[in-house]
Formats: sequence, structure tokens, C-alpha cells
Amino acid sequence: MFAPLQARFATALLDPGAPVPEGVVSHTGAPPVRRFAVYRNNVVVSLIEALRARFPAVERIVGPEFFAAMARLYAAAHPPASPVMMWFGEALPEFLACFPPARELPYLPDVARLEAAHTRAYHAADAAPVDPARFAALGEAAGAARVALHPSAAILRSAHPIVTIWAMNTGATPLAPIADWRGEDALVMRPALDVEVRALPPGGAAFLEGLAAGAPLAAAIEAGLHETAEFDVSRNLAGLIGAGLAVDLLIDATTGTP
Amino acid sequence: MTPSALPHRAGVGFKPMHFADILADAAPIGFVEVHAENYMGAGGPPHAQLAALRERYALSLHGVGLSIGSMRPLDGAHLRRLKELCARYAPESFSEHLAWSSHGEVYYNDLLPLPYTEETLARVVEHVDAVQAALGREMLLENPAAYVGFAESTIPETEFLRAVAARTGCGLLLDVNNVFVAARNHAADPVAYLAAFPLERVKEIHLGGHDETVDETGAPLLIDAHGAPVADPVWTLYGHVLARAGARPTLIEWDNDVPPWPVLRAEAERADRMLTSERRSPDERSDTRGADPHLAALERATSPVAA
Repeated sequence: MFAPLQARFATALLDPGAPVPEGVVSHTGAPPVRRFAVYRNNVVVSLIEALRARFPAVERIVGPEFFAAMARLYAAAHPPASPVMMWFGEALPEFLACFPPARELPYLPDVARLEAAHTRAYHAADAAPVDPARFAALGEAAGAARVALHPSAAILRSAHPIVTIWAMNTGATPLAPIADWRGEDALVMRPALDVEVRALPPGGAAFLEGLAAGAPLAAAIEAGLHETAEFDVSRNLAGLIGAGLAVDLLIDATTGTP
Repeated sequence: MTPSALPHRAGVGFKPMHFADILADAAPIGFVEVHAENYMGAGGPPHAQLAALRERYALSLHGVGLSIGSMRPLDGAHLRRLKELCARYAPESFSEHLAWSSHGEVYYNDLLPLPYTEETLARVVEHVDAVQAALGREMLLENPAAYVGFAESTIPETEFLRAVAARTGCGLLLDVNNVFVAARNHAADPVAYLAAFPLERVKEIHLGGHDETVDETGAPLLIDAHGAPVADPVWTLYGHVLARAGARPTLIEWDNDVPPWPVLRAEAERADRMLTSERRSPDERSDTRGADPHLAALERATSPVAA
């Protein structure tokens, strides 16, 4: 009966203190401690490497030793549930938020959220942006139009300058002190093959969240204005159309014209 | 059932860092192989690259996460993802491992060993049948590189694979590096293993690099790390397989510390040269079996096994 041994073998892989399961042998006759350790090591190292590949800015911020120790604990607490390893690490932001050794870095969970969103955008479905001429042709119906956002688009709000921190720790911009420490809302998207990360203008997150929730354009603009008087309608509309963020325009048949 | 049909040439395991080099190369390689699980997102660069490669090359889809050796049922969701991928790219071949990698709710991201008994044989046959039925195509099953054995094993690995192939109609993927690694790890003779292997079922060969260390008793412990060139004794063993079985589609695997394209390409060219000389002399093959020059070289290379 292999099933009980398979269960013990599996459990021992993520438990460094567990003995080699009984029934696992070597031709030498000695308990195959180092041989079993090859499997244990393969599992743990490959999971740490997967997290390192997905969260390079987090690793840069905390350093490789801290990251490896943290990743080992994360892998034991939240091992992958699926062979599709690109999604491993989805719970890392929440894990970091409750990880006492990282308490002095309150922005770290949001940087991890941004990096998790980056992977999702990288693998999201492809979609062609709407021709800007279709926006122009809407005329008076524009306010009632609903805008389908690109499947890769994600909006993240943060009380910390996460876009600036992320860019500095991925090598996109030089490392430097951040004089103007204020919250940044991030837009992560992949209009073509490259993932783009940008800081949204004031009220931009509320505007895009409104569109993502299916609100008509006029209502989404209201949401932006409601959040801050600094909301700049033309700047946000230009961002929406110019960034390739809109992939479809939907006109409600009862109120608009096609 | 669609049969596996890769060209009888050398291919490479595709790494995204080589994408531009592969497309720019004047002399096309025989085929490319990708790990199926890396293409299970909806879109983006992975699919753009795979679609471009697919236009020019024969494709081998190689799964690493199906856990065929698990005593628990196969993951239906994962099988559906594989089916979608096969429909999207119509690969010339689909292969998986005689190993397990999931248990319960956890995926361990490694190829884990199983004992060979009538019980596990029945389970593996059931799983291979299910995969072939779901995909509507022949699958190839790969021999593992195990580091440990099991007290309960009663069937030699070669007999186990022969029985799975006979009962399911599946093909076999012969990883020659795994043969060498496992033989060293179990103080066995790789040539005897190959003599017992059902070579007539082999529709693809894998070659890759391994690491060498020792266990706590000082016995050799080879690790299937895919992070180095193919070792000399593995090339020798490969020549021996070709001499007995004839040319077969052959893949160079290099997954860690991936070298620049010309280095990987040179490994594939070396395999291609051996395949070409094998194709040239099909009639001489049976005559040379008695005095296989590869065997003498291999015996020299592996003599420490007897120690």
C-alpha cells in the first residue's frame, strides 16, 4: 500500500525536522538521509526561487538573506495549490503585512501587491485597444458610454509612494531618498507585450475603479471629482484613451445612440 | 488517437532568453520543447513567443505537473488546461513523467519517486489511460532519475514501463541522463538497464547535465540538475542507444544556469551529428551490435560503479 507512505513522504518534504519516511531505502543499507534531503531541497529551493522571480523589488528592499528566510516560511505556510507556478505567491502581500520581522517596512506589503499584479498583467488575456476615433464619434452619448478596461489592468491604492519605491528597486530609476513621501495609486497594465506601471493622477484611481465596476463614463468622472477637487477630467480621459486602456465602448441601447 | 510524431533530429528545451537567437538562426533546429505549465496563462509574451516558434518548428509539449504517479485521482482542472494547450498549439508530441508532484492540496514542484508494485502499476495505467482519453492523443511517459528506492518495490523499472506502455498503448520518453544518474545512485548497470528497456516504444530521447556528490556513506549521489553540459558517459550511453534503436528525436535540456544560445546549440549539433551518422548506416546497425564501440568506452567511464 503506497498511499500512506506517499502521504508521509509529502508531509516530510516541507518539514525539515521529520525523519526519512519508513520504507524509503537506499542500496547502501544506511538510512538515506542525504538522498531524501535532495527532494526536500529541490522543493524548498524551487519555491524560494519562484518567489524571488516574482518579487524582485521586495527582495532588493529586504536583501537576499532576509528574503530567502521569509520565503521559506511563506512556502511552508502557503505551499502552491496548483502546478501552474506563475500564480505562486498570491498571498505574499497579506503574509508580509502580518510578518513581524517586516514591521518596520510598512510599505512592503503594497510593493508586493504591485509585483503580484505585475505577474497577473504579464499573463493576462491579450486585447486590442479601442480606436480613439470611436471616442470622438460618441459625441453627446459619451457620458452614458461604458468603457471595458483592458483585461490586464489593475488599480492599486497605497498610502505609500509604491510606484516610486518599486521603480527604484527594479532598476527602472536610480535609488535615491524620497523627499516627498506621499501615497501613490498605481495602474498596472499590459496594452501590448510590455507591462507598464504608472502612478495615477489625483482621483484617477476612483475614476478607473468606477469604469471597472461598469459605471458610465459620466458617473466615473463624478467619482473622480467626488474624491478630489484636483481631479482633471481631460487629463484622465486622455490617459484612458492614449494608454490603450479601453478595449471596448458599450452604449446602453435605452439611453444612447450606437 | 493522434500519435507522437517529432522529427528524428535534435531539439532544445526553449528558454525565453534564447527567443531572438533561435528565430535569427540560419540553420533551424529540429524541434523545440516547452514545459506546458509555463504557458497556462491567458496571453502575453509567453504565448506570443510560443506562437512564433510554433510557426517555424515542430513542438513538443512536456508536462511537469500532472502527478501521474499519485495514488490520488488526477487533477481534472489541470487535465483541462493541458487539453486547451494541445488544442491551441497542436504539438507533435505530449509527454509527462513517471513521478508524482502533488498530494492533497499541495503541489511540490518536483518530480517525486514511487515504488514499483502491482498496485502502483494499476494506478499509473489508469492515469495514463485517462490522460490519453482526455487529450485524444498518445502520450510519452519518461523514466525518472530517482535518489532513493522503496522497500516495497517488486518490479524492475524497465518492466514497469514496458507494462504501462503495453497496457495503455503510450509511447516512452527515454531520458538517457536519468538512466545514468539512477544507475549510479542505485549501484546498477546502465547498459543492463538499457538492454531491458523497451526501446521499440521510445519516441523521444532526453539528454541533460547532472551534478555529482556523495551520500553519508560516501556512495555516489548524482543529481538531475539540468544545469551543465551533457556528461561524457551520457553521450556514450546515448551512442549506445542509437546503435541499438536507430535515430530518435533527441532533446537537450538545460534549465538552470542557462548558457548563451551558441553553447546550447552546440550540444544540439553534437546530438544531430550522431543522429545523422546513425541514419546513414541503418543496415550496419544490427551487425555492429556485437562490437559496440560505445560500450567499451562506457565501461571505462562507469567503472567506479563497481567499486
